[in-house]
Amino acid sequence: MPTDSNAPLITAEHLVKRFGDFVAVDGIDVEVPRGESFGFLGPNGAGKSSTMRMIGCVSPVTEGRLRIFGLDPATDGKQIRSRMGVVPQMDQLDEQLTVEDNMILYGRYFDIPRAECKRRAKELLEFVQLTDRAKSKIEPLSGGMKRRVTIARSLINEPELLLLDEPTTGLDPQARHVLWDRLYRLKQRGVTLVLTTHYMDEAEQLCDRLVVMDQGKIVAMGSPRELIEKHSPREVLELRYPAGTNDERASDLDGVGNRREVLPDRVLIYADDGEAALAEVHRRGSRPESALVRRSSLEDVFLRLTGRSLVD
Amino acid sequence: MITLAGLPLRIVPVQVMQATRPHRMLERQWMVNRAGGWMVLLSGFFEPLFYLLSIRVGFGALVGDVEDGGRLIPYAEFVAPALMAASAMNGALYESTMNVFFRLKYDKVYDAALATPLTSGDVALGEIGYATIRGALYSSAFLVTMWALGMTSSAWAIGMLPVAILISFAFSAIGMAATTYMRSWADFEYVPSIMLPMFLFSATFYPLSSYGDWQWVVQISPLYHGVAMTRSLNLGEWSWAFGGHLVVLVAMALFGVTLTAKRIERLLLP
Repeated sequence: MPTDSNAPLITAEHLVKRFGDFVAVDGIDVEVPRGESFGFLGPNGAGKSSTMRMIGCVSPVTEGRLRIFGLDPATDGKQIRSRMGVVPQMDQLDEQLTVEDNMILYGRYFDIPRAECKRRAKELLEFVQLTDRAKSKIEPLSGGMKRRVTIARSLINEPELLLLDEPTTGLDPQARHVLWDRLYRLKQRGVTLVLTTHYMDEAEQLCDRLVVMDQGKIVAMGSPRELIEKHSPREVLELRYPAGTNDERASDLDGVGNRREVLPDRVLIYADDGEAALAEVHRRGSRPESALVRRSSLEDVFLRLTGRSLVD
Repeated sequence: MITLAGLPLRIVPVQVMQATRPHRMLERQWMVNRAGGWMVLLSGFFEPLFYLLSIRVGFGALVGDVEDGGRLIPYAEFVAPALMAASAMNGALYESTMNVFFRLKYDKVYDAALATPLTSGDVALGEIGYATIRGALYSSAFLVTMWALGMTSSAWAIGMLPVAILISFAFSAIGMAATTYMRSWADFEYVPSIMLPMFLFSATFYPLSSYGDWQWVVQISPLYHGVAMTRSLNLGEWSWAFGGHLVVLVAMALFGVTLTAKRIERLLLP
Protein backbone atom coordinates (compact mmCIF):
# COMPACT_ATOMS: atom_id res chain seq x y z
CA MET A 1 0.00 0.00 0.00
CA PRO A 2 2.29 2.77 -1.22
CA THR A 3 -0.31 5.53 -0.77
CA ASP A 4 -0.44 4.74 2.94
CA SER A 5 3.11 5.73 3.75
CA ASN A 6 2.00 8.99 5.32
CA ALA A 7 -1.12 7.67 6.98
CA PRO A 8 -0.82 7.00 10.71
CA LEU A 9 0.18 3.46 11.60
CA ILE A 10 -2.18 3.38 14.55
CA THR A 11 -5.35 5.38 14.96
CA ALA A 12 -7.50 5.04 18.04
CA GLU A 13 -10.65 7.07 18.44
CA HIS A 14 -12.55 6.96 21.66
CA LEU A 15 -11.14 3.54 22.41
CA VAL A 16 -12.84 1.77 25.31
CA LYS A 17 -12.09 -1.56 26.98
CA ARG A 18 -14.40 -2.93 29.62
CA PHE A 19 -14.20 -6.17 31.57
CA GLY A 20 -17.70 -6.58 32.95
CA ASP A 21 -18.30 -3.45 35.01
CA PHE A 22 -14.62 -2.57 35.21
CA VAL A 23 -13.48 0.09 32.75
CA ALA A 24 -9.82 -0.56 31.92
CA VAL A 25 -9.53 1.93 29.07
CA ASP A 26 -11.92 4.85 29.14
CA GLY A 27 -12.19 6.50 25.74
CA ILE A 28 -8.68 7.33 24.60
CA ASP A 29 -7.63 9.00 21.34
CA VAL A 30 -4.19 8.21 20.00
CA GLU A 31 -2.45 8.54 16.67
CA VAL A 32 0.97 7.07 15.97
CA PRO A 33 2.68 8.00 12.70
CA ARG A 34 5.05 5.63 10.94
CA GLY A 35 8.60 5.65 12.27
CA GLU A 36 7.70 7.22 15.57
CA SER A 37 8.62 5.88 18.94
CA PHE A 38 5.54 6.25 21.10
CA GLY A 39 5.10 5.58 24.79
CA PHE A 40 2.24 4.84 27.14
CA LEU A 41 3.26 5.95 30.58
CA GLY A 42 1.26 5.38 33.72
CA PRO A 43 1.06 3.68 37.10
CA ASN A 44 0.02 0.05 37.44
CA GLY A 45 -3.59 -0.42 36.44
CA ALA A 46 -3.72 2.73 34.32
CA GLY A 47 -4.89 0.76 31.27
CA LYS A 48 -1.59 0.63 29.38
CA SER A 49 -1.48 -3.12 28.93
CA SER A 50 -5.15 -3.33 27.99
CA THR A 51 -4.50 -0.74 25.31
CA MET A 52 -1.47 -2.66 24.08
CA ARG A 53 -3.44 -5.89 23.93
CA MET A 54 -6.10 -4.25 21.81
CA ILE A 55 -3.45 -2.89 19.45
CA GLY A 56 -1.86 -6.34 19.41
CA CYS A 57 -5.20 -7.79 18.26
CA VAL A 58 -5.40 -10.22 21.17
CA SER A 59 -8.20 -8.41 22.94
CA PRO A 60 -11.38 -7.22 21.24
CA VAL A 61 -12.24 -3.52 21.31
CA THR A 62 -15.30 -2.84 23.49
CA GLU A 63 -16.14 0.51 21.95
CA GLY A 64 -14.61 3.12 19.68
CA ARG A 65 -12.56 2.79 16.55
CA LEU A 66 -9.13 1.24 16.22
CA ARG A 67 -7.13 0.95 13.01
CA ILE A 68 -3.66 -0.50 12.63
CA PHE A 69 -2.02 -0.21 9.20
CA GLY A 70 -5.44 1.12 8.24
CA LEU A 71 -6.97 -2.28 9.05
CA ASP A 72 -9.64 -3.22 11.57
CA PRO A 73 -8.50 -5.68 14.27
CA ALA A 74 -12.01 -7.12 14.48
CA THR A 75 -11.87 -8.42 10.91
CA ASP A 76 -8.21 -8.36 9.88
CA GLY A 77 -6.49 -9.40 13.11
CA LYS A 78 -4.51 -12.14 11.45
CA GLN A 79 -3.20 -9.82 8.76
CA ILE A 80 -2.30 -7.10 11.27
CA ARG A 81 -0.51 -9.55 13.55
CA SER A 82 1.53 -10.84 10.63
CA ARG A 83 3.09 -7.37 10.19
CA MET A 84 3.71 -6.72 13.86
CA GLY A 85 6.14 -7.86 16.54
CA VAL A 86 5.11 -8.22 20.18
CA VAL A 87 7.27 -8.21 23.30
CA PRO A 88 4.88 -9.11 26.11
CA GLN A 89 5.29 -8.04 29.71
CA MET A 90 6.33 -11.54 30.77
CA ASP A 91 8.66 -13.45 28.47
CA GLN A 92 6.73 -16.27 26.86
CA LEU A 93 9.72 -18.18 25.59
CA ASP A 94 9.31 -21.87 24.95
CA GLU A 95 11.25 -23.50 27.77
CA GLN A 96 11.29 -26.81 25.93
CA LEU A 97 13.26 -25.40 23.01
CA THR A 98 16.68 -23.86 22.54
CA VAL A 99 17.17 -20.15 21.90
CA GLU A 100 17.62 -20.75 18.18
CA ASP A 101 14.65 -23.11 17.93
CA ASN A 102 12.48 -20.55 19.72
CA MET A 103 13.28 -18.10 16.96
CA ILE A 104 12.85 -20.60 14.12
CA LEU A 105 9.52 -21.87 15.43
CA TYR A 106 8.24 -18.34 15.83
CA GLY A 107 9.16 -17.63 12.23
CA ARG A 108 7.25 -20.75 11.19
CA TYR A 109 4.14 -19.33 12.88
CA PHE A 110 4.40 -16.57 10.28
CA ASP A 111 4.78 -19.14 7.47
CA ILE A 112 8.37 -18.06 6.82
CA PRO A 113 10.37 -20.86 5.13
CA ARG A 114 12.58 -22.79 7.51
CA ALA A 115 15.86 -21.88 5.82
CA GLU A 116 14.94 -18.21 5.91
CA CYS A 117 14.00 -18.53 9.60
CA LYS A 118 17.44 -19.94 10.29
CA ARG A 119 19.13 -17.13 8.45
CA ARG A 120 17.13 -14.47 10.27
CA ALA A 121 17.60 -16.17 13.64
CA LYS A 122 21.34 -16.04 13.20
CA GLU A 123 21.26 -12.39 12.19
CA LEU A 124 18.93 -11.38 15.01
CA LEU A 125 20.88 -13.23 17.67
CA GLU A 126 23.89 -11.33 16.48
CA PHE A 127 21.89 -8.13 16.77
CA VAL A 128 21.01 -8.82 20.42
CA GLN A 129 24.53 -10.12 21.09
CA LEU A 130 23.51 -13.66 21.95
CA THR A 131 25.12 -15.61 19.13
CA ASP A 132 27.08 -17.78 21.56
CA ARG A 133 23.82 -18.78 23.30
CA ALA A 134 22.02 -19.99 20.18
CA LYS A 135 22.13 -23.65 21.26
CA SER A 136 21.37 -22.95 24.90
CA LYS A 137 18.08 -23.87 26.54
CA ILE A 138 16.04 -20.94 27.87
CA GLU A 139 16.13 -21.78 31.55
CA PRO A 140 19.83 -21.03 32.33
CA LEU A 141 19.67 -17.57 30.72
CA SER A 142 19.61 -14.44 32.87
CA GLY A 143 16.57 -12.15 32.90
CA GLY A 144 18.27 -9.67 30.61
CA MET A 145 19.22 -12.38 28.13
CA LYS A 146 15.71 -13.80 28.07
CA ARG A 147 14.41 -10.34 27.36
CA ARG A 148 16.83 -9.97 24.48
CA VAL A 149 15.79 -13.34 23.08
CA THR A 150 12.17 -12.23 23.30
CA ILE A 151 12.98 -9.05 21.42
CA ALA A 152 14.98 -10.93 18.80
CA ARG A 153 12.13 -13.40 18.41
CA SER A 154 9.60 -10.60 17.99
CA LEU A 155 11.64 -9.33 15.03
CA ILE A 156 11.68 -12.61 13.12
CA ASN A 157 8.89 -11.47 10.78
CA GLU A 158 10.62 -8.15 10.11
CA PRO A 159 7.74 -6.20 11.64
CA GLU A 160 6.85 -2.66 10.70
CA LEU A 161 5.50 -2.11 14.18
CA LEU A 162 6.96 -3.39 17.41
CA LEU A 163 4.88 -3.44 20.60
CA LEU A 164 6.84 -3.57 23.84
CA ASP A 165 4.99 -3.97 27.12
CA GLU A 166 7.32 -2.84 29.91
CA PRO A 167 10.44 -3.97 28.05
CA THR A 168 12.94 -3.46 30.87
CA THR A 169 10.93 -4.06 34.03
CA GLY A 170 12.96 -6.14 36.46
CA LEU A 171 16.29 -5.82 34.65
CA ASP A 172 19.53 -4.53 36.11
CA PRO A 173 20.86 -1.16 34.86
CA GLN A 174 23.39 -2.68 32.50
CA ALA A 175 20.86 -4.93 30.87
CA ARG A 176 18.49 -1.99 30.49
CA HIS A 177 21.09 0.11 28.72
CA VAL A 178 21.92 -2.72 26.31
CA LEU A 179 18.22 -3.03 25.51
CA TRP A 180 17.74 0.69 25.04
CA ASP A 181 20.63 0.76 22.67
CA ARG A 182 19.15 -2.07 20.60
CA LEU A 183 15.72 -0.46 20.54
CA TYR A 184 17.24 2.81 19.47
CA ARG A 185 18.93 1.04 16.54
CA LEU A 186 15.62 -0.49 15.52
CA LYS A 187 14.06 2.93 15.53
CA GLN A 188 16.86 4.19 13.31
CA ARG A 189 16.05 1.40 10.88
CA GLY A 190 12.54 2.80 10.63
CA VAL A 191 10.66 0.37 12.87
CA THR A 192 7.77 2.06 14.66
CA LEU A 193 8.01 1.38 18.38
CA VAL A 194 5.09 1.50 20.77
CA LEU A 195 5.96 0.82 24.37
CA THR A 196 4.54 1.00 27.84
CA THR A 197 6.66 1.76 30.83
CA HIS A 198 6.52 3.19 34.27
CA TYR A 199 10.16 4.15 34.17
CA MET A 200 10.52 7.82 33.43
CA ASP A 201 14.11 7.54 32.29
CA GLU A 202 13.06 4.88 29.81
CA ALA A 203 10.35 7.11 28.38
CA GLU A 204 12.80 10.01 28.16
CA GLN A 205 15.37 7.82 26.45
CA LEU A 206 13.16 6.08 23.96
CA CYS A 207 10.01 8.04 23.22
CA ASP A 208 9.56 10.79 20.67
CA ARG A 209 6.12 11.31 22.02
CA LEU A 210 4.14 9.85 24.85
CA VAL A 211 0.86 9.89 26.67
CA VAL A 212 0.46 9.71 30.40
CA MET A 213 -2.43 7.45 31.36
CA ASP A 214 -4.24 7.29 34.65
CA GLN A 215 -7.37 5.31 35.46
CA GLY A 216 -7.98 4.46 31.83
CA LYS A 217 -7.75 8.03 30.59
CA ILE A 218 -5.07 10.06 28.90
CA VAL A 219 -4.07 12.90 31.21
CA ALA A 220 -1.28 14.41 29.10
CA MET A 221 0.30 14.03 25.69
CA GLY A 222 3.46 15.39 24.11
CA SER A 223 7.20 14.91 23.78
CA PRO A 224 9.09 14.28 27.03
CA ARG A 225 10.52 17.82 26.84
CA GLU A 226 7.12 19.40 26.22
CA LEU A 227 5.56 17.56 29.10
CA ILE A 228 8.29 18.61 31.49
CA GLU A 229 8.05 22.21 30.36
CA LYS A 230 4.31 22.26 30.59
CA HIS A 231 3.76 20.39 33.83
CA SER A 232 6.82 21.01 35.92
CA PRO A 233 9.06 23.99 36.68
CA ARG A 234 12.60 23.77 35.42
CA GLU A 235 14.30 22.54 38.56
CA VAL A 236 13.59 20.42 41.56
CA LEU A 237 15.07 20.78 45.00
CA GLU A 238 15.13 17.52 46.93
CA LEU A 239 15.41 17.82 50.70
CA ARG A 240 15.89 14.99 53.13
CA TYR A 241 14.98 15.42 56.77
CA PRO A 242 15.40 12.88 59.56
CA ALA A 243 13.00 9.99 59.01
CA GLY A 244 9.39 10.68 59.94
CA THR A 245 9.72 14.45 60.23
CA ASN A 246 9.09 15.40 56.61
CA ASP A 247 5.50 16.57 57.17
CA GLU A 248 6.40 18.69 60.11
CA ARG A 249 9.45 20.29 58.51
CA ALA A 250 7.66 20.89 55.26
CA SER A 251 5.35 23.40 56.90
CA ASP A 252 8.35 25.61 57.55
CA LEU A 253 8.78 25.88 53.83
CA ASP A 254 5.49 27.54 52.85
CA GLY A 255 5.98 29.79 49.87
CA VAL A 256 9.37 28.43 48.84
CA GLY A 257 9.38 27.58 45.12
CA ASN A 258 6.27 27.13 42.98
CA ARG A 259 4.99 23.91 44.43
CA ARG A 260 5.86 21.39 47.07
CA GLU A 261 5.45 17.66 47.34
CA VAL A 262 6.05 15.62 50.47
CA LEU A 263 7.07 12.04 49.77
CA PRO A 264 7.70 9.50 52.53
CA ASP A 265 11.47 9.81 52.19
CA ARG A 266 11.98 13.37 50.98
CA VAL A 267 10.43 16.73 50.29
CA LEU A 268 10.40 17.97 46.70
CA ILE A 269 10.27 21.66 45.94
CA TYR A 270 9.57 22.61 42.33
CA ALA A 271 11.15 25.90 41.39
CA ASP A 272 12.48 27.72 38.35
CA ASP A 273 15.69 28.39 40.27
CA GLY A 274 16.57 25.53 42.58
CA GLU A 275 19.63 27.17 44.10
CA ALA A 276 17.62 30.24 45.08
CA ALA A 277 15.00 28.02 46.69
CA LEU A 278 17.72 26.22 48.65
CA ALA A 279 19.14 29.54 49.81
CA GLU A 280 15.68 30.49 51.04
CA VAL A 281 15.39 27.19 52.92
CA HIS A 282 18.68 27.87 54.67
CA ARG A 283 17.72 31.48 55.38
CA ARG A 284 14.64 30.22 57.24
CA GLY A 285 16.91 28.18 59.48
CA SER A 286 15.70 24.80 58.19
CA ARG A 287 18.53 22.24 58.23
CA PRO A 288 17.85 19.24 55.99
CA GLU A 289 20.21 16.23 56.23
CA SER A 290 20.86 16.56 52.56
CA ALA A 291 19.81 18.83 49.73
CA LEU A 292 20.05 18.28 45.98
CA VAL A 293 19.13 20.49 43.06
CA ARG A 294 18.37 18.71 39.81
CA ARG A 295 16.62 19.30 36.52
CA SER A 296 13.02 18.29 36.62
CA SER A 297 12.28 15.01 34.88
CA LEU A 298 9.38 13.12 33.50
CA GLU A 299 9.01 11.51 36.87
CA ASP A 300 8.00 14.85 38.33
CA VAL A 301 5.43 15.27 35.57
CA PHE A 302 4.23 11.79 36.21
CA LEU A 303 3.86 12.32 39.95
CA ARG A 304 2.04 15.52 39.37
CA LEU A 305 -0.35 14.16 36.76
CA THR A 306 -1.15 10.84 38.33
CA GLY A 307 -1.40 12.54 41.68
CA ARG A 308 0.55 11.06 44.53
CA SER A 309 0.15 12.98 47.81
CA LEU A 310 0.16 16.39 46.21
CA VAL A 311 0.39 19.54 48.27
CA ASP A 312 -0.08 22.56 46.07
CA MET B 1 -2.24 -26.20 4.07
CA ILE B 2 -4.91 -27.80 6.20
CA THR B 3 -8.19 -25.95 6.07
CA LEU B 4 -11.66 -26.78 7.17
CA ALA B 5 -13.23 -23.82 5.44
CA GLY B 6 -14.57 -26.04 2.69
CA LEU B 7 -16.54 -28.30 4.99
CA PRO B 8 -20.25 -27.64 4.88
CA LEU B 9 -20.59 -27.97 8.63
CA ARG B 10 -22.67 -25.18 10.02
CA ILE B 11 -22.26 -26.51 13.53
CA VAL B 12 -18.52 -25.94 13.52
CA PRO B 13 -17.80 -22.47 14.90
CA VAL B 14 -16.00 -19.75 13.05
CA GLN B 15 -12.84 -20.18 15.18
CA VAL B 16 -12.36 -23.68 13.85
CA MET B 17 -13.50 -22.91 10.31
CA GLN B 18 -10.85 -20.22 10.00
CA ALA B 19 -8.03 -22.35 11.31
CA THR B 20 -5.39 -22.36 8.59
CA ARG B 21 -2.23 -23.14 10.52
CA PRO B 22 -2.91 -25.93 13.04
CA HIS B 23 0.06 -27.81 11.59
CA ARG B 24 2.36 -25.19 13.12
CA MET B 25 1.49 -26.55 16.56
CA LEU B 26 2.44 -30.00 15.30
CA GLU B 27 5.68 -28.57 14.00
CA ARG B 28 6.34 -27.20 17.47
CA GLN B 29 5.86 -30.64 18.98
CA TRP B 30 8.13 -32.14 16.39
CA MET B 31 10.84 -29.63 17.34
CA VAL B 32 10.33 -30.29 21.05
CA ASN B 33 10.52 -34.05 20.57
CA ARG B 34 13.52 -33.71 18.29
CA ALA B 35 15.23 -32.01 21.22
CA GLY B 36 14.79 -35.16 23.29
CA GLY B 37 11.11 -35.82 23.98
CA TRP B 38 10.79 -39.14 22.15
CA MET B 39 11.36 -41.16 25.31
CA VAL B 40 7.91 -40.20 26.54
CA LEU B 41 6.42 -41.82 23.47
CA LEU B 42 8.62 -44.89 23.74
CA SER B 43 7.24 -45.73 27.17
CA GLY B 44 3.86 -46.14 25.54
CA PHE B 45 5.11 -49.06 23.49
CA PHE B 46 5.98 -51.25 26.42
CA GLU B 47 2.63 -50.88 28.12
CA PRO B 48 0.63 -52.89 25.56
CA LEU B 49 3.25 -55.60 25.45
CA PHE B 50 3.00 -56.19 29.18
CA TYR B 51 -0.78 -56.02 29.16
CA LEU B 52 -1.21 -58.42 26.28
CA LEU B 53 1.36 -60.87 27.58
CA SER B 54 -0.32 -61.00 30.98
CA ILE B 55 -3.67 -61.69 29.36
CA ARG B 56 -2.42 -64.26 26.94
CA VAL B 57 -0.35 -66.12 29.48
CA GLY B 58 -2.57 -65.72 32.53
CA PHE B 59 -6.21 -64.74 32.13
CA GLY B 60 -6.68 -66.43 28.79
CA ALA B 61 -5.94 -69.84 30.19
CA LEU B 62 -8.03 -69.28 33.33
CA VAL B 63 -11.12 -67.81 31.73
CA GLY B 64 -11.43 -69.80 28.55
CA ASP B 65 -13.95 -68.65 25.95
CA VAL B 66 -16.42 -65.80 26.26
CA GLU B 67 -19.83 -65.60 24.69
CA ASP B 68 -20.41 -62.29 22.97
CA GLY B 69 -23.29 -61.68 20.58
CA GLY B 70 -24.05 -65.39 20.48
CA ARG B 71 -20.58 -66.45 19.50
CA LEU B 72 -17.77 -67.99 21.50
CA ILE B 73 -14.40 -66.29 21.32
CA PRO B 74 -11.15 -66.91 23.18
CA TYR B 75 -10.88 -64.45 26.06
CA ALA B 76 -7.61 -62.96 24.81
CA GLU B 77 -9.21 -62.05 21.50
CA PHE B 78 -12.18 -60.60 23.33
CA VAL B 79 -10.14 -58.36 25.59
CA ALA B 80 -7.31 -57.27 23.28
CA PRO B 81 -9.35 -54.95 21.00
CA ALA B 82 -10.89 -53.33 24.06
CA LEU B 83 -7.47 -52.67 25.51
CA MET B 84 -6.40 -51.19 22.21
CA ALA B 85 -9.32 -48.77 22.38
CA ALA B 86 -8.34 -47.95 25.96
CA SER B 87 -4.73 -47.30 24.94
CA ALA B 88 -5.93 -44.81 22.34
CA MET B 89 -7.90 -43.08 25.07
CA ASN B 90 -5.00 -43.11 27.53
CA GLY B 91 -2.44 -41.74 25.10
CA ALA B 92 -4.81 -38.97 24.10
CA LEU B 93 -5.72 -38.02 27.64
CA TYR B 94 -2.15 -38.03 28.97
CA GLU B 95 -1.23 -35.48 26.37
CA SER B 96 -4.35 -33.36 26.31
CA THR B 97 -4.65 -32.91 30.08
CA MET B 98 -1.42 -32.47 32.07
CA ASN B 99 0.81 -31.51 29.15
CA VAL B 100 -1.68 -29.08 27.70
CA PHE B 101 -2.21 -27.54 31.12
CA PHE B 102 1.51 -26.92 31.48
CA ARG B 103 1.71 -25.23 28.09
CA LEU B 104 -1.43 -23.23 28.77
CA LYS B 105 -0.64 -21.94 32.26
CA TYR B 106 3.13 -22.09 32.73
CA ASP B 107 4.99 -22.20 29.47
CA LYS B 108 2.55 -19.70 27.90
CA VAL B 109 3.02 -21.44 24.57
CA TYR B 110 -0.44 -20.48 23.41
CA ASP B 111 -0.17 -16.83 24.45
CA ALA B 112 2.99 -16.56 22.39
CA ALA B 113 1.39 -18.30 19.42
CA LEU B 114 -1.73 -16.13 19.50
CA ALA B 115 0.36 -12.96 19.13
CA THR B 116 1.28 -14.25 15.66
CA PRO B 117 -1.14 -14.96 12.80
CA LEU B 118 -2.16 -18.17 14.58
CA THR B 119 -5.72 -18.25 15.92
CA SER B 120 -7.53 -20.00 18.78
CA GLY B 121 -8.78 -22.55 16.23
CA ASP B 122 -5.22 -23.27 15.09
CA VAL B 123 -4.10 -23.82 18.67
CA ALA B 124 -7.10 -26.01 19.51
CA LEU B 125 -6.88 -28.17 16.38
CA GLY B 126 -3.10 -28.37 16.44
CA GLU B 127 -2.85 -29.43 20.06
CA ILE B 128 -5.75 -31.86 19.80
CA GLY B 129 -4.08 -33.14 16.65
CA TYR B 130 -0.86 -33.86 18.49
CA ALA B 131 -2.62 -35.63 21.35
CA THR B 132 -4.42 -37.68 18.70
CA ILE B 133 -1.12 -38.64 17.14
CA ARG B 134 0.19 -39.74 20.51
CA GLY B 135 -2.87 -41.89 21.12
CA ALA B 136 -2.65 -43.26 17.59
CA LEU B 137 1.01 -44.21 18.07
CA TYR B 138 0.16 -46.10 21.25
CA SER B 139 -2.64 -47.97 19.54
CA SER B 140 -0.50 -48.78 16.50
CA ALA B 141 2.04 -50.34 18.82
CA PHE B 142 -0.82 -52.21 20.40
CA LEU B 143 -2.10 -53.53 17.10
CA VAL B 144 1.33 -54.70 16.01
CA THR B 145 1.82 -56.46 19.34
CA MET B 146 -1.62 -58.08 19.10
CA TRP B 147 -0.88 -59.37 15.65
CA ALA B 148 2.57 -60.63 16.66
CA LEU B 149 1.04 -62.53 19.59
CA GLY B 150 -1.66 -64.01 17.35
CA MET B 151 -4.54 -62.18 19.04
CA THR B 152 -6.14 -60.72 15.93
CA SER B 153 -9.13 -62.70 14.68
CA SER B 154 -9.64 -61.45 11.13
CA ALA B 155 -8.06 -59.34 8.42
CA TRP B 156 -10.56 -56.62 9.30
CA ALA B 157 -8.48 -56.02 12.39
CA ILE B 158 -6.45 -53.49 10.42
CA GLY B 159 -9.59 -51.32 10.48
CA MET B 160 -9.12 -50.96 14.23
CA LEU B 161 -6.41 -48.44 13.53
CA PRO B 162 -8.62 -45.71 11.99
CA VAL B 163 -11.14 -46.36 14.74
CA ALA B 164 -8.40 -45.97 17.34
CA ILE B 165 -7.46 -42.66 15.73
CA LEU B 166 -11.06 -41.51 16.01
CA ILE B 167 -11.19 -42.60 19.65
CA SER B 168 -7.97 -40.76 20.25
CA PHE B 169 -9.23 -37.62 18.55
CA ALA B 170 -12.51 -37.63 20.48
CA PHE B 171 -10.78 -38.04 23.83
CA SER B 172 -8.08 -35.50 22.97
CA ALA B 173 -10.74 -32.95 22.15
CA ILE B 174 -12.76 -33.59 25.29
CA GLY B 175 -9.59 -33.80 27.38
CA MET B 176 -8.26 -30.45 26.19
CA ALA B 177 -11.66 -28.81 26.59
CA ALA B 178 -11.82 -30.09 30.17
CA THR B 179 -8.27 -28.90 30.80
CA THR B 180 -9.26 -25.32 29.98
CA TYR B 181 -11.54 -25.50 33.04
CA MET B 182 -8.79 -26.70 35.37
CA ARG B 183 -7.69 -24.11 37.90
CA SER B 184 -4.66 -25.85 39.38
CA TRP B 185 -2.86 -29.19 39.40
CA ALA B 186 -5.16 -30.29 42.22
CA ASP B 187 -8.04 -30.41 39.75
CA PHE B 188 -6.27 -33.19 37.87
CA GLU B 189 -7.05 -35.53 40.75
CA TYR B 190 -10.43 -35.94 39.09
CA VAL B 191 -9.00 -37.25 35.84
CA PRO B 192 -8.10 -40.75 37.06
CA SER B 193 -11.36 -40.94 38.97
CA ILE B 194 -13.14 -40.66 35.64
CA MET B 195 -10.67 -42.62 33.55
CA LEU B 196 -10.38 -45.67 35.77
CA PRO B 197 -14.10 -46.55 36.00
CA MET B 198 -14.38 -45.86 32.30
CA PHE B 199 -11.50 -48.23 31.64
CA LEU B 200 -12.98 -50.95 33.85
CA PHE B 201 -16.67 -50.65 32.98
CA SER B 202 -16.82 -50.01 29.25
CA ALA B 203 -17.47 -53.66 28.48
CA THR B 204 -13.71 -53.87 28.40
CA PHE B 205 -13.23 -57.06 30.38
CA TYR B 206 -16.65 -58.69 30.09
CA PRO B 207 -19.49 -58.43 27.57
CA LEU B 208 -22.22 -55.83 27.81
CA SER B 209 -24.78 -58.58 28.51
CA SER B 210 -23.21 -59.33 31.88
CA TYR B 211 -24.32 -55.89 33.15
CA GLY B 212 -27.98 -56.92 33.01
CA ASP B 213 -30.29 -53.98 33.79
CA TRP B 214 -27.33 -51.65 34.10
CA GLN B 215 -26.29 -51.82 30.46
CA TRP B 216 -27.42 -48.26 29.86
CA VAL B 217 -24.80 -47.01 32.30
CA VAL B 218 -22.08 -48.70 30.31
CA GLN B 219 -23.47 -47.21 27.12
CA ILE B 220 -23.03 -43.72 28.52
CA SER B 221 -19.28 -44.27 28.60
CA PRO B 222 -17.71 -42.92 25.41
CA LEU B 223 -15.05 -45.59 25.62
CA TYR B 224 -17.73 -48.28 25.36
CA HIS B 225 -18.54 -47.07 21.84
CA GLY B 226 -14.89 -47.27 20.89
CA VAL B 227 -14.56 -50.73 22.40
CA ALA B 228 -17.65 -51.94 20.54
CA MET B 229 -16.17 -50.78 17.26
CA THR B 230 -12.68 -52.22 17.70
CA ARG B 231 -14.17 -55.49 18.89
CA SER B 232 -16.48 -55.87 15.93
CA LEU B 233 -13.64 -55.04 13.54
CA ASN B 234 -11.32 -57.56 15.13
CA LEU B 235 -13.94 -60.26 14.59
CA GLY B 236 -14.89 -58.89 11.20
CA GLU B 237 -18.55 -58.79 12.25
CA TRP B 238 -20.81 -55.95 11.17
CA SER B 239 -24.06 -54.53 12.43
CA TRP B 240 -25.98 -51.27 12.22
CA ALA B 241 -24.87 -50.50 15.74
CA PHE B 242 -21.43 -49.77 14.33
CA GLY B 243 -22.76 -46.60 12.67
CA GLY B 244 -24.33 -45.52 15.95
CA HIS B 245 -21.05 -45.88 17.81
CA LEU B 246 -19.32 -43.93 15.08
CA VAL B 247 -21.79 -41.05 15.38
CA VAL B 248 -21.27 -40.85 19.14
CA LEU B 249 -17.51 -40.50 18.81
CA VAL B 250 -17.65 -38.03 15.92
CA ALA B 251 -20.12 -35.88 17.87
CA MET B 252 -17.85 -35.99 20.88
CA ALA B 253 -14.86 -34.92 18.79
CA LEU B 254 -16.73 -32.01 17.22
CA PHE B 255 -18.06 -30.85 20.55
CA GLY B 256 -14.60 -31.03 22.12
CA VAL B 257 -12.85 -29.09 19.36
CA THR B 258 -15.52 -26.41 19.35
CA LEU B 259 -15.51 -25.99 23.09
CA THR B 260 -11.71 -25.91 23.23
CA ALA B 261 -11.43 -23.17 20.61
CA LYS B 262 -14.05 -21.10 22.41
CA ARG B 263 -12.44 -21.61 25.78
CA ILE B 264 -9.00 -20.61 24.51
CA GLU B 265 -10.49 -17.46 23.10
CA ARG B 266 -12.15 -16.73 26.40
CA LEU B 267 -9.08 -17.46 28.52
CA LEU B 268 -6.33 -15.99 26.39
CA LEU B 269 -8.02 -13.39 24.21
CA PRO B 270 -10.25 -11.56 26.71
